[in-house]
Amino acid sequence: MTTVAPAEGTRLVDRFERGLDAPICLTWELTYACNLACVHCLSSSGRRDPRELTTAECRALIDEFERMQIFYVNIGGGEPTIRSDFWELVDYATEHHVGVKFSTNGSRITEAVAARLAASDYVDVQISLDGATAEVNDAVRGDGSFATAVTAMERLAAAGFVGFKLSVVVTRHNVGQLDAFKAIADRYGAQLRLTRLRPSGRGADVWDELHPTGDQQRQLYDWLVLRGEEVLTGDSFFHLAAYGDALPGLNLCGAGRVVCLVDPVGDVYACPFAIHDEFLAGNVRDDGGFTSVWRASDLFLELREPQSAGACSSCGHYDACRGGCMAAKFFTGLPLDGPDPECVLGHGEDALGARGDVETPRPSPDHSSRPRRVAVALTTRVGTPDRRPDRSCDEHPLAGFTPGPAPTAR
Amino acid sequence: MPPTPPPTGAAFDPARPYALHHQVALRPESFGALAYHFGTRRLSFLKSRTLLAVVESLADQPSGLAACRAAGVSAEEQDAYEQALATLADSGMICERVA
Repeated sequence: MTTVAPAEGTRLVDRFERGLDAPICLTWELTYACNLACVHCLSSSGRRDPRELTTAECRALIDEFERMQIFYVNIGGGEPTIRSDFWELVDYATEHHVGVKFSTNGSRITEAVAARLAASDYVDVQISLDGATAEVNDAVRGDGSFATAVTAMERLAAAGFVGFKLSVVVTRHNVGQLDAFKAIADRYGAQLRLTRLRPSGRGADVWDELHPTGDQQRQLYDWLVLRGEEVLTGDSFFHLAAYGDALPGLNLCGAGRVVCLVDPVGDVYACPFAIHDEFLAGNVRDDGGFTSVWRASDLFLELREPQSAGACSSCGHYDACRGGCMAAKFFTGLPLDGPDPECVLGHGEDALGARGDVETPRPSPDHSSRPRRVAVALTTRVGTPDRRPDRSCDEHPLAGFTPGPAPTAR
Repeated sequence: MPPTPPPTGAAFDPARPYALHHQVALRPESFGALAYHFGTRRLSFLKSRTLLAVVESLADQPSGLAACRAAGVSAEEQDAYEQALATLADSGMICERVA
C-alpha cells in the first residue's frame, strides 16, 4: 500500500491500532467443507457445518459490506468453490462494489472457470501451494495436490489471467525453495505471496516440527528484503522486523482493528488465525449484524485500547515487532503480553522452554474429517487417495495490498 | 483478472487538469481517507482530510494547483500536497483528464 500524505501529527499505524469504523478488508470463510485435509489448516476444515450461512444471508452480508465500503473480501474456507452458490455470491459481491479475492486449492479451476476469471475485472485468485516440488507440497497438502495446483495455474495462464497469486505458507521443509517458488510464479505470470505458518487450527498439531528454525527465519528475512515489493507477504512477517528494517507493509497486528474474520456460520473472530472462543466477537446473525459486532463488540473495543508490552517492554525492538502475533502466542500457550514464539531474539524459545509442558489451547470449532494427526515428517506421506488434504489455508486480510513507499512522513 | 496496465508514468504537472481514476473508490476516514484501485488492487492512505478534499475536487477544477487552492492548501504546504498528488498519479489513482 502507499501512504500519501502531507504529514500530520499522529502516525497512521497508531490510528489503525485504535480501529476504524469499518475493516480495511476482511477474510470471509464461506464453508468448512474441503476436499483436502492439509495438516496445517488454520480453520480445521473438512466437513461442512449445517449452520453455515444461507445464500440469502450471504447476500445480506455483502450488502452490509457495501454499506460499510469494505473494498474487498478475501474469500476462503474450507474450499470455497465447493459451495454450489459460490459463483453466484462472487457475482453478487462484485456487482455491489465489493471486490473478491478467493483462495483455492485449484481443484475446481476448469478451463471454463479460468476463462471466466480472466474476463472479470473485480475477481482475483490465489492458488495455494506449500512446496515447489510434489514431494514437499503433498506431504503437507496431500497426494496429488501439487499436480492439481499446477494444472490450475496452467489454465489461468492459458486463459490470459495475469497476476493471480501463488500463495505459500513458509515451512521448515520449503524455506529452501523460495527461488523455486518464485520461478513457478514467474512461469505462470503469477505473483508470489509468502505467509507465515501459524499454530492455529490443525496447525497447532504440526507447528513444532514445521515452523522455520531460527536460522531459516533469518534466511527468509534476507530473501524478502532483497525482493522488496516484488513478493507479497500480507504483512505476515512483521515479527521479523526486529532483525533490522521493516518489511514492506503496515507492520502491525490488525486483528479487530483493521481486519477480522467471518467464519462459515457467521461467527466474527479478530483474525483468521484466531478461531477460538477467546477471540470470538459476535455473530453476523446477532441484532445489529456485522456492523454492530465490528463497531461495538467488547472484544474489538478492548483490542483497540493500548496494549501492554508486558515482558517485551524492556526490549529495544518492541517498536519494530510490536510483540509479534497474538494468535501465535495464544496457541503456543504463551502470554499475550510477551514475546512471539518465533521472536528473532530468541525470547520466544526461552518462553516456550519456561512454559514447560502445559496443555495448549485447542481450536474451538473443529470440522476435520478425520481424527487430528499429531505429527508430519517429510518422509511421511499424509494423504492417501481417499484421504486428501485440505484447503487454501492461509489468508491474511491485508493480503492483496501491494505495499508501496511512504513518500512523505509517516 | 488481468490487472489494469501500469500507469503511464507521466510526471504530475500541477498546471494540468486531473481526475480520480474511474476504478478508484474513496472511503473517508478520520485521518483522511482510504483509496482503493480495483484495477491495480492497490490501496493508498490519504493522510489528511484536506488531501481528500483536493482529490475529490480534482475533476471540477481546471488544474491540480487550482484544486489545492480551492481546498485551502497554503503556499507553504503546496509542495507537500503536490508531492502527494504526484504519488497518486504515479500509482494510477488519479490521472490527467482532457480539459
